[in-house]
Amino acid sequence: MTYSLPPGLPMLGRLDGSEESVVELLTGFIRDQSHRIGITKAVLGLSGGIDSALSAALAAKSLGPENVTAIVMPYATSNPQSEKDAQEVAKHLGIQLLKVDITPMVDAYFRGRPEASPLRRGNKMARERMTILYDHSAELKALVVGTSNKTEILLGYGTQFGDLASAMNPIGDLYKLQVYALARHLRIPKSVLEKAPSADLWEGQTDEEELGFSYDVADQVLYRLVDQRFSLEELEALGFHRTLLNLIEHRLRTSHYKRKPPIIAKVNRRTVGRDFLYSRDWGT
Amino acid sequence: MKDFTLALAQMSPKLGLVSDNVHRVLELAEEAAKAGAHLAVFPELCLTGYFLRDLAHDVAMSPGDALLSPLYKMSRRLDLVVSFVEESAEGFPHISAAYLSGGSLVHVHRKVYLPTYGMFEDARFYAHGKSLGAFQTPLGRMALLICEDFWHPNLSYLAALDGAQMILCPASSPARIPEKPGFASANWLKKLTTMLAGTYGLYVAYANRVGFEDGVGFSGDSHVVCPDGTVQAEAALLREDLILTPISGEAVRRQRRTLPLLRDEDPHLIQREMARILNKGDQP
Repeated sequence: MTYSLPPGLPMLGRLDGSEESVVELLTGFIRDQSHRIGITKAVLGLSGGIDSALSAALAAKSLGPENVTAIVMPYATSNPQSEKDAQEVAKHLGIQLLKVDITPMVDAYFRGRPEASPLRRGNKMARERMTILYDHSAELKALVVGTSNKTEILLGYGTQFGDLASAMNPIGDLYKLQVYALARHLRIPKSVLEKAPSADLWEGQTDEEELGFSYDVADQVLYRLVDQRFSLEELEALGFHRTLLNLIEHRLRTSHYKRKPPIIAKVNRRTVGRDFLYSRDWGT
Repeated sequence: MKDFTLALAQMSPKLGLVSDNVHRVLELAEEAAKAGAHLAVFPELCLTGYFLRDLAHDVAMSPGDALLSPLYKMSRRLDLVVSFVEESAEGFPHISAAYLSGGSLVHVHRKVYLPTYGMFEDARFYAHGKSLGAFQTPLGRMALLICEDFWHPNLSYLAALDGAQMILCPASSPARIPEKPGFASANWLKKLTTMLAGTYGLYVAYANRVGFEDGVGFSGDSHVVCPDGTVQAEAALLREDLILTPISGEAVRRQRRTLPLLRDEDPHLIQREMARILNKGDQP
């Protein structure tokens, strides 16, 4: 079933004239997070998709293109166009692009595990990429910049400790439509703006087929549900299909563990993450 | 109200580092004094940073603390409004702002309304202030409200009734919700400052901070509203700034001739109806 937006529904979450201020906020964020701990460089995975393209553009604008290293990390079954798109983005931004083929590492692990599902393989690839980024972080004295947007974080559409891991994520509070708006504002290449979102973890995979609904629809549900605290009943009254709402609510609730640090059982008076409360920027 | 030059120092305090912040305040006060300012207003918790959480107790001090001596000394050159965590005689921390003039403490205001919802948790760490009143300074009769205090129009009302001709509002307001030209949070606040200034015929000096703590960016957009409700000076959005603007006692008198709402206020009615409403208890 294809879920569409209720006719006449106002589109919420649009940036409409505030793009420059949002860019200034996000570039200030990247600069501040880095400089306050004496770091001047950033590293991130460039997939050829729009989210990492935007993160890369923001990092380049904040720290200077010469201080940003992007890494494209294809697997044997990755769409070859992705790598070309990553090259185009890097060229457009003037940032260095490294390539690390993850096929040998991933295949070595799954040799002797032929029964492993596509999900397991996909997660292993995501975590392999994370370890490569963190190793480069140490080597280059650079911070790993995150590339997950708010819509996929809320839907749990990401690998815990994989692509969801980063030192700082400038786009993690941007809905997908806001990612597009900022990417257009920053003149990200058209080919990247126009392609169908995909995690590219197996051939032909697209986000919207896997999720069962489009990002346009998800954004309008999630913006109201999360940012405006509408109830599901109110959303149904607005014209959203009950099955769609149940799908989204289910994903939102059951993926919450991916958005929290590991859970610790409370025993003593002051427990880490509960009543031992200091800002992450403590001491910086 | 005398005619004088007012400065708003839009700075980014360092979290938990009081000495560093005192030093920065002195630098900016010196700059303001050299440029001809008679009063410089600094943001909420300019001496400590905002998201202190469990650090609040560690940085709490009395208004007479030795760390503040250089600020008292500077107040011989120009009046200062600075904000810090005040430890009361009972040992409880407050978010406070002090008016310093001629080497002495003129007035301390303890933040009354502590936002404890959404991203804010002030009441988790601080005690509520229990009073609000105007006070006499060498430059005129003024009142101090801190950030959230200003979001409750009733405190501006009290200040106006108590004879304040200028409300000083140090703030630490985060930038949130993109809305042309910048953020809805700043836009809403400006609606409040302009409306209340024009209604009561007084100056509003709103001194917000900038910088980042734990990924939250503070919007800046400090501004001065004159008694006719128009913005006469504004600082940058999201960036450090120092703005100076002339204040005129005649502007207060002129607005009150044109729109004498304050003259026609009936505080006895308010008192009667307030007593009635408070005595209602559970009755309909």
